[in-house]
Amino acid sequence: MADTTATQRYEPGKHPELPPPRLASGPIYWVRENLLSSWYNVFLTFIGVWFLWTIVPPLLNWGLFDAVFEAADRAGCQALGDGACWAFISERYKLFIYGFYPEEERWRVILAFVLLFVALGPLLFDKFPSRGKAMLFSLAYPFIAAWLLLGGFGLTPVGTDQFGGTLLNIIVGVTGIAFSLPIGILLALGRASDMPAVRVICVAFIEFIRGVPLITLLFVASTMLSYFLPPGTSFDLLLRVLIMVTLFSSGYMAEVIRGGLQAIPRGQYEAADSMGLKYWQSMRLIVLPQALKISIPGIVNTFIGLFKDTTLVIIIGLLDILGMGRASLADSKWAGLSNEVYISIAVFFFLFCFAMSRYSLYLESKLETGHRT
Amino acid sequence: MASIDSTARSAQTDDGQRNIIARLWYDKETRSIILQIITLALLVAFIAYITTNAIANLKLLGKTFSFDFLNDPAHYDINQTLVEYSSTSTHFRAMVVGILNTLLVAFCGVILATILGFIFGVLRLSPNWLVSRIVYCFIEFTRNVPVLLQILLVHGIVVHLLPQPRVAQESANIANSIFFTNRGVFAPMPIPEAGFNIVIGAFLAAIVFAVVFAKWAKAKQDATGQHLPVFWICTGAIIGAPLLLYLMLGMPLAWDMPALKGFNFRGGFVIRPEFLALWLALAFYTSAFIAEIVRAGILAVSKGQWEAASALGLPRGRTLNLVIIPQALRVIVPPLTSQYLNLTKNSSLAIAIGYMDVVATIGGISLMQTGKEMETMIIVILFYLCVSLTISAFMNWYNRRIKLVER
Amino acid sequence: MKRYLLGATAALAMIGATAANAGTLDDVKARGELICIVNTGLPGFSFTDESGKWQGFDVDHCRAVAAAIFGDPNKVKYKPATGKTRFTILNSGEGDVIFRNTTWTFVRDVDVKLAFQGTNYYDGQGFMVPKKLGVKSAKELDGASVCIQTGTTTELNLADFFRSNKIKYEPVPIESNEEARTNYLAGRCDVYTTDASGLAATRATFKDPQNHVILPEIISKEPLGPATRHGDDQWSDIIRWTTNALVAAEELGITQKNVGELGAKATDNPEINRLLGTEGNLGGMLGLDKDWAAKAIKAVGNYGEIFDRNIGPKTPIGLERGLNALWTDGGLQYTPPFR
Repeated sequence: MADTTATQRYEPGKHPELPPPRLASGPIYWVRENLLSSWYNVFLTFIGVWFLWTIVPPLLNWGLFDAVFEAADRAGCQALGDGACWAFISERYKLFIYGFYPEEERWRVILAFVLLFVALGPLLFDKFPSRGKAMLFSLAYPFIAAWLLLGGFGLTPVGTDQFGGTLLNIIVGVTGIAFSLPIGILLALGRASDMPAVRVICVAFIEFIRGVPLITLLFVASTMLSYFLPPGTSFDLLLRVLIMVTLFSSGYMAEVIRGGLQAIPRGQYEAADSMGLKYWQSMRLIVLPQALKISIPGIVNTFIGLFKDTTLVIIIGLLDILGMGRASLADSKWAGLSNEVYISIAVFFFLFCFAMSRYSLYLESKLETGHRT
Repeated sequence: MASIDSTARSAQTDDGQRNIIARLWYDKETRSIILQIITLALLVAFIAYITTNAIANLKLLGKTFSFDFLNDPAHYDINQTLVEYSSTSTHFRAMVVGILNTLLVAFCGVILATILGFIFGVLRLSPNWLVSRIVYCFIEFTRNVPVLLQILLVHGIVVHLLPQPRVAQESANIANSIFFTNRGVFAPMPIPEAGFNIVIGAFLAAIVFAVVFAKWAKAKQDATGQHLPVFWICTGAIIGAPLLLYLMLGMPLAWDMPALKGFNFRGGFVIRPEFLALWLALAFYTSAFIAEIVRAGILAVSKGQWEAASALGLPRGRTLNLVIIPQALRVIVPPLTSQYLNLTKNSSLAIAIGYMDVVATIGGISLMQTGKEMETMIIVILFYLCVSLTISAFMNWYNRRIKLVER
Repeated sequence: MKRYLLGATAALAMIGATAANAGTLDDVKARGELICIVNTGLPGFSFTDESGKWQGFDVDHCRAVAAAIFGDPNKVKYKPATGKTRFTILNSGEGDVIFRNTTWTFVRDVDVKLAFQGTNYYDGQGFMVPKKLGVKSAKELDGASVCIQTGTTTELNLADFFRSNKIKYEPVPIESNEEARTNYLAGRCDVYTTDASGLAATRATFKDPQNHVILPEIISKEPLGPATRHGDDQWSDIIRWTTNALVAAEELGITQKNVGELGAKATDNPEINRLLGTEGNLGGMLGLDKDWAAKAIKAVGNYGEIFDRNIGPKTPIGLERGLNALWTDGGLQYTPPFR
């Protein structure tokens, strides 16, 4: 606008370069715009700075500057500094990761963990090389992992009571999700079925699962499940927990997949019908591939939730990472370091879950553009 | 021609009789019925199977299945009781205490989580970079750490950072009436005296008045377009009338002040650290999820709505009140329901820090003392199912109420 | 197909069909190890050291039983249990025996369907308070906050004690000993109450044990002992007589050191001979080897040695023998004759 009213005229391209608008960029502009744009904003900034000032320096002092990283016991820690005593964590971290898994067999845990990523690759990234064949490996993975971890067939058997620490969290989380997926799909289809009996059973099951807390189900696994088996049989506590966790997450999975099913336009179902496809054919070939693709972010979120919930197994006496941490605190050499233990476990979960939630966001944004345009 | 036709038909019927089962199978209706019958039969068989197993197992262990133990004395003490309870009360009473404690922490948790969640959600969208970043860090950290761990952490912080009662007597108090100790927060408790009933009556009457007045004002606005300051009048009536009466009657309310006697503060009312820790941890954890829901809800209202409202000349406050929030709520409420449900279910983690909720009383100590695993777990599960169904029913009703009515 | 096979075998490997009521010994032998239910962490009684190995008084008893059965004290799987889960673990057949400071009571014996096999530690419920509170007797605890482990007999004793003395208290229910310790030290409660042995064990882990006193009142009898499932008498006998053998060994002066020598050939003392299997075949009657008791003693020593090593006056726990001295020394530890 200003140009048209200016009196001075220039040949095209001859206009001298004007100075940039005052403070339209640069750090000062940024600060003014983002932190001090109004009295209300100034107030918020003030609160924020005050908050950081009271929280961050003491935390850094405690966790870093005054912390002790190497000592033989707690007294040694206290002699060296009055901050956190990370020496405890560095001495015990193997116990936190592997539980009581025999030391010489721990390579199997590492191998199973590495293979987990190999198996997840084709599922999570659609540009994975030769995805179809890799998918077969992914399907076989749970059994390979079970073999590696439990032993037998040439490997030294390891009892499930020796599983512990992070290993246990990952086993419970991954198994829960892997096995709940097919059950969840069936439940979601059943819920959308036009057979009333099937629908009612599925709805009742899903609502039951979603209505009770996981720990009551775990209590059922640890105290009541053996009542429902034929007299004289009992099976491994970990296996019972896995069954319960699978049932639990299948209820949530069913709802995630139901969301996916509902997002498929009616026309897709009708088109499949008009092609003469039978129910299972149309589901397998038309509906589910699309519905599952949309559901992946939801599935990842369910996994994050489930992974966090795996800590609840301590309430029935399994020693996961939190359980190992608390059990270690009973050692009189180190007793009283609960903050260090809890905080390091919190950091572990944060890193793990945050990474996964970022992945799920990335997927969401990818799927978003795919559908809108 | 006719004969050929009839032969064909008879062949068809023969074929039909031979394959009557196949025929039934290929008929969509019948097949669906058959499948349903099979499903039901399997379900019944499964239930029968586990029931017989359970009966056999109980018999083998010499146990009985009955809820009679609920009438036996519980023999243990509970530190936080909303109804009268002592160690001579029955297990049933202990269960009621536990249920009320669960409901209390869930109720308080839902309210605090909603308030915090809305504040965080709005701050997350704030143009202030610093605040929005801090809130972002808080939300991400809270969301991605197991709630059990957070409960333990908060409990540890409450118990370790707040002073012991003797120290609190000196330093950690507000006006010598509210004391912050690691045994809990002690505050004066109001005790109604004669005449206070009138104040309560006035309060109830004011609420009735407010409801009627709001309806009348709406009807008037619909008819004449005249807008009355309903909010201010109603608030004034609800707060003002009882307050005025209270002052006029000479403040008929005594305060039971907490005082340090022996080991602990006595008197007043107390929020115990277990409750505090559970309440705060659950509220913070859930508020992080609610904040994200609120943010998504506000972002979901299209910019055109803001512009349309300002084109109509609505000021910012009215725009929010009448245009943005009602639309955002429609997106916010359904996921909010499941967060409320989650909070209620997560309150069962109380057991980790010794808050005496329903899982810790009937499903914990009573189970241990009586050995009635089956009965107590059934009670606990039924309780949670009832709560969940009630919350979702209420939320469905609310959802329907604010649903978009297309005309 | 291969996948299914692998799956099926993996599942089979995990499902160990165990008979709930009979033939525990056969199951244990077939399994190749004993499953022992222990405390999740009580210093001196059962706890894990840095290498994750279980140690303690109760753990040594488990090792003795394993040694009696297999001749190898390391053939034990420890199943840590809280006060809440221990009985279910036993009754569902996931564990063979409880060695977890469990009090022998009427209801547990009769109604919870446990079979107690004697008493390996005579205990009583006590109170610990910080010295600076100046409390001299438990009856002065009116209005105090009391830390207590839930699901234990101590919880019921406590309620009875305060009710019968007509004084009030605030119970602070807590799941494990470690949490109780943390809460007590943080001042969440004024008093910690549990078995006197547990109090001593816990106090030993404090930075300043001398600043805490255990009050003189012992408000209950807490005979702690091993428990098995109802209805398997052979298995019960093995547990009972293995623990008895450890006491008998102390009576007879058999120690970890001299057991090899004494068990090599018959001695002049027929009682020692019967116990160590050089005369008669008591082990055979239990379904074990002749020298079962010798193996158990060889593995962990006699009762006195176990006591001294884990919780005795020379350890940080520092418990006196007291009631747990042999009956000949004025204590209660007494074993029926091996004959």
